[in-house]
Amino acid sequence: MDWRIGPVEYPGPNVSPGRNEPLRWLITFSSHFDRGGDLAKKPIGPIRRTFAPWEDPEKRPFIEFRNVTKRFGSFTAVDNLSQTIYEREFFALLGGSGCGKTTLMRMLAGFEQPTEGEIFLDGQNLAGVPPYRRPVNMMFQSYALFPHMSVEANIAFGLKQDGFPKADIADRVKEMLRLVKLEPFGKRKPHQLSGGQRQRVALARSLAKRPKVLLLDEPLAALDKKLREETQFELMDLQMDLGMTFLIVTHDQEEAMTVADRIAVMDAGRIIQVATPSEIYESPNSRYVADFIGDINLIESKVVAKNGETTRLRATELDIEFDVAQTTDADIGDAVAFGIRPEKITVTMDKPDADFSVHAEIWDIGYLGDVSTLHCRTEDGHNLRAGIANVTRLVERPLTWDDKIWMTWRKDAGVILRH
Amino acid sequence: MNRGPTWFNITSIALGFSFLYLPIVILVIFSFNASRLVTVWGGFSTKWYGALLHNQQLLDAAWVTLRVGFAAATIATVLGTIGALVLARMGRFMGRSLFSGMIYAPLVMPDVILGLSLLLLFVAINQDRGFWTVMLAHTTFCMCYVAVVVQSRLVGFDRSLEEAAMDLGCPPVKTFFLITLPLILPGVLAGWMLAFTLSLDDLVIASFTTGPGATTLPMKIYSQVRLGVTPEINAVCTILVALVTVGVVAASIVTKHRTVRRQRDEQLAAAGA
Repeated sequence: MDWRIGPVEYPGPNVSPGRNEPLRWLITFSSHFDRGGDLAKKPIGPIRRTFAPWEDPEKRPFIEFRNVTKRFGSFTAVDNLSQTIYEREFFALLGGSGCGKTTLMRMLAGFEQPTEGEIFLDGQNLAGVPPYRRPVNMMFQSYALFPHMSVEANIAFGLKQDGFPKADIADRVKEMLRLVKLEPFGKRKPHQLSGGQRQRVALARSLAKRPKVLLLDEPLAALDKKLREETQFELMDLQMDLGMTFLIVTHDQEEAMTVADRIAVMDAGRIIQVATPSEIYESPNSRYVADFIGDINLIESKVVAKNGETTRLRATELDIEFDVAQTTDADIGDAVAFGIRPEKITVTMDKPDADFSVHAEIWDIGYLGDVSTLHCRTEDGHNLRAGIANVTRLVERPLTWDDKIWMTWRKDAGVILRH
Repeated sequence: MNRGPTWFNITSIALGFSFLYLPIVILVIFSFNASRLVTVWGGFSTKWYGALLHNQQLLDAAWVTLRVGFAAATIATVLGTIGALVLARMGRFMGRSLFSGMIYAPLVMPDVILGLSLLLLFVAINQDRGFWTVMLAHTTFCMCYVAVVVQSRLVGFDRSLEEAAMDLGCPPVKTFFLITLPLILPGVLAGWMLAFTLSLDDLVIASFTTGPGATTLPMKIYSQVRLGVTPEINAVCTILVALVTVGVVAASIVTKHRTVRRQRDEQLAAAGA
């Protein structure tokens, strides 16, 4: 599979375009040195990562969930889940509320005990180890700053529990304050800080003990969008600099895709897919993941023919037959879904010179500034969404309501989904 | 609908408050009465306050009451706080409803029954009645009030604070003393104050469970009133009213001051200072 950016040059809703791009490159560049030369088997998408210990069978997992089940009464929060996480990895658990992601993290922290199964950290079975003896620290969604202690005392709290010498504690606290850029605020109480500053204190406190693993429970949920985006990149830099393993729980897919090396998409206590952000976006393994991450058109289809590397599909509800540059283990005649992201659909006013095209009418336009989403209706009443990048500053768009347009896509633009 | 107070409002408020506070005002006024007759005004005097200092029986009773109140409130606060913690933190354990029912029962139990049953108990175990029996009796009924006050404070308590402390390497008992206790302290103190006041005020249970040499102030006042109200009693009561007033006013000033400072801090923080 070779996934390139589609004919419409828009990187997709996962990567915010423009100013973040050079930074992303810088980070991936430095990771090349930091993280040794594990070569990804086949890089997908425009972001090339060289950090992929999960591809290396020799590598020992750092955290391992082995057949973990957690039940609360009759409710199963985590269902026979097994997953490995590697050292220095930034791993994201992504899912809607009640999917078991937070429970999974709390079991690693020691606040919940698995009903069945075991959790290993650095080779050690964590069963029976109380939270205060686990080499992991957690940053809480509510920040959980101690309101009766100053910022300095909050950061020093964990170090004091470990019996560090006083001078060392003072040094470490100073270092942490510098790290999160809060040096002038050391003497303040948490209620004298803004939301963003509190978030940084919580981060400094959870990092102060240099834990083997940092757990982040929806760490940025309370921040506004601008601050959240900045903090996401700061988190990535921090994780890179400190060489620590980060496990983040989030329901925000953009956040997961920005920060994580790998994402586990969870639903009903199970992991549906684990992969790098670009793999999750470009080759989801199921309708659930495809639909959960970003925007996608799911076209019900039947397999018509399989010729080597390509598969021919016939859309059951649209009058088209088209090739997809992907092999499938579905048999000829099987019903599958064809998933295509809106931005990978080419929209033209004239009938394109392609093997197939769909004739449709623009029903609605969602103008988002950087992109517009065209909601189109085919002649037989089916909806398809196409994304177009607004590369010029025209206020009057060439495409408008009720325009008749043609849609087509490249062989390698979409993905066949069996489940 | 922003009307000023109507005559109806003003009159009803005036009537209500005078019903509540006029007797106390009259009591305070008559404590400064020069005449020995309670209902006849004989000019202003503070001689009854002076006489109080020489009434050894009354002073002894006051001293007993303070000691009982202090000890009973303190023990009740410790036990009540533990009870509240168990109810708020232990989740659903076997016999939880029974436990919470038993903790709250003395709130609704008539004092007479409580006093009588305690008296029967002390007689049955052949315990001489005196300071210790009154104190134990007061501890039992004050405990439930403390549990109620502390539990209400614990309900609004963010448990992730305790989890954060443990996550940072603090064992559970130490977490309680470093994190939980300082944060529920206002509730615990309020519970102590309530217990102390209730113990100070109790007549019925104390009369059942006391013995020779351990007469509390309410008992003393009650027995003296049966022989006729003297301005001396009015003076004692005025001192008690003054103490309570000072306590309440001081507490509200401290709270107000804190709230104002906190609001100012939060505004400053939000402004990005």
